[in-house]
Amino acid sequence: MSERAAGAFPDTRWSAVAAARSADPAERERALAVFAASYWRPVYTYLRLRWGQPAADAEDLTQEFFARLLERDFLASYDPSRARLRTFLRVGIDRLLANQTRDSRRLKRGGGALPVPLDREDAERALAGLAAARAENAEEFFAREWTRSFLGLVVGELRKVCAGGGKDVHFRLFARYDLEDGPPGDDRRPSYADLAREVGVSPSDVTNHLAWARREFRRIALARLRELTASDEEYRLEARSLFGLTPP
Amino acid sequence: MKPLSDGAVERLRLRLEEPDLEGTRYRLVGRLGAGGMGAVYLVEDPELERRVALKLLDTPDACGDLARRLLREARVLARLEHPGIVPVHDVGTLGDGRIYYTMKYVAGVRLDRLDAGMGLAERLRLFLRIVEAVSFAHSHGILHRDLKPANVMVGHFGEVLVLDWGLAKLTGASAAAESRASPAAFPDPSRTGHGAVLGTPGYMPPEQASGASESVDVRADVYALGAILRELIVVPGTQTPPALQAIVRRATSPDPAARYGGARELGDDVERFLDGLAVSAHREHPFERARRLVARHRTAVVLILTYLAVRALLLFQARGH
Repeated sequence: MSERAAGAFPDTRWSAVAAARSADPAERERALAVFAASYWRPVYTYLRLRWGQPAADAEDLTQEFFARLLERDFLASYDPSRARLRTFLRVGIDRLLANQTRDSRRLKRGGGALPVPLDREDAERALAGLAAARAENAEEFFAREWTRSFLGLVVGELRKVCAGGGKDVHFRLFARYDLEDGPPGDDRRPSYADLAREVGVSPSDVTNHLAWARREFRRIALARLRELTASDEEYRLEARSLFGLTPP
Repeated sequence: MKPLSDGAVERLRLRLEEPDLEGTRYRLVGRLGAGGMGAVYLVEDPELERRVALKLLDTPDACGDLARRLLREARVLARLEHPGIVPVHDVGTLGDGRIYYTMKYVAGVRLDRLDAGMGLAERLRLFLRIVEAVSFAHSHGILHRDLKPANVMVGHFGEVLVLDWGLAKLTGASAAAESRASPAAFPDPSRTGHGAVLGTPGYMPPEQASGASESVDVRADVYALGAILRELIVVPGTQTPPALQAIVRRATSPDPAARYGGARELGDDVERFLDGLAVSAHREHPFERARRLVARHRTAVVLILTYLAVRALLLFQARGH
């Protein structure tokens, strides 16, 4: 199991969509790593919770989906002016499920496609924390799970940046204030004064450290979103619809 | 890594939405709301140790029209120093290039969320304060063009502030001053670059909705004020007086020529109603007139009736003896 693809963004700064359409197999493989990093968990969760697939079948289908994604003609049919990439991919999963038989899936995986390093056990543990039947439609469900996966990866990258820059306190404050949940039914946040005592800094340091961490979080999120969209317009649309952001 | 909880995802999304105030003198406290083209945040000014409201664009603005509108709105507000118009403090640019301005933070409720238990007279007095602010702007050659209950804040002490002047139209000397200061910099904000008319259905008069922005004058705001009055006079459990209904009808006439000639004229009619006088918009039935006069001179009428009753009683007793 590769920790790189299962729990972190691959280190890249180009558009994964453009790379996935490249004639160069190595470029396409790198693109797959980027897609897999942010999409494998929502794809797997979608198959398990929305389509009710058993764990083993969901894993097979996830692998099959990413194998198809690597084929040049799959993304060649994607037109950014007609749909968002996320929607295009979600519809792709639906079609895959509707058309494929179990045997053909196995045949496909055995046919030499590159397997995606997904962590099924980890994904299954995560499923336990999600409601089995969600009221929202497939598009909303997939968007929400993708947002969860994407933001989780951004948090992971922020943690690395903080650790590498001697800013562990910054990340700790960010995690305490923005990531950790309070007791059930109580969404109040800890006060800056309490956090200052807990971490051993002044309240104004809490304000400044949190501002820095949030700024860095925003920067990473935008940079990574840019890689996962096919056009400048889609990037701006996604930034706005998912996060209310207006990219500079 | 453990997946983020629903609560954490929501908090992170909110964090991403928040403006980065690095490089400004302000610190973010929270989001107050959104309206039209902008979002409004509560921020702290540590130098003056006070909280102010910060408005900035939150919609994509590829051609820069919205940024110009926001700046124009700030400049319009800066010209209008009146207790009923929110004062602007400062204009600036965020690190991401978005223009913002700060203004007085008003703690209170929007007019459309007013306490349903408020009586008619109190509602009408609030309305008159809105009229005063709008009338003041008109006297400076400025039309609001997007008056509605959501754009009026009512403070805890009954003070009224008219907000959101993003669609304001400048006329006469104000328009000349604007074009001298920035020729061609400020397109008519009532139309988008695609020609769509901006404003709020239900509060926008027909001449504004049709896109004839050149012919729109103070009577467009009179129409919107009439629409606001129509909602304000609906007091649960009471019947709306015909005179007030007539005032609303006249203010919201589809024909601008049939409306009041200005906000002040509309306000005068409402004041006459409050004083128990006949209003210009309504021809009274004799019975209605008598009832109004009785209501207006209630004390005198009661005294006279009491006097007559006592006299009648004394007369009756004298005859009995």
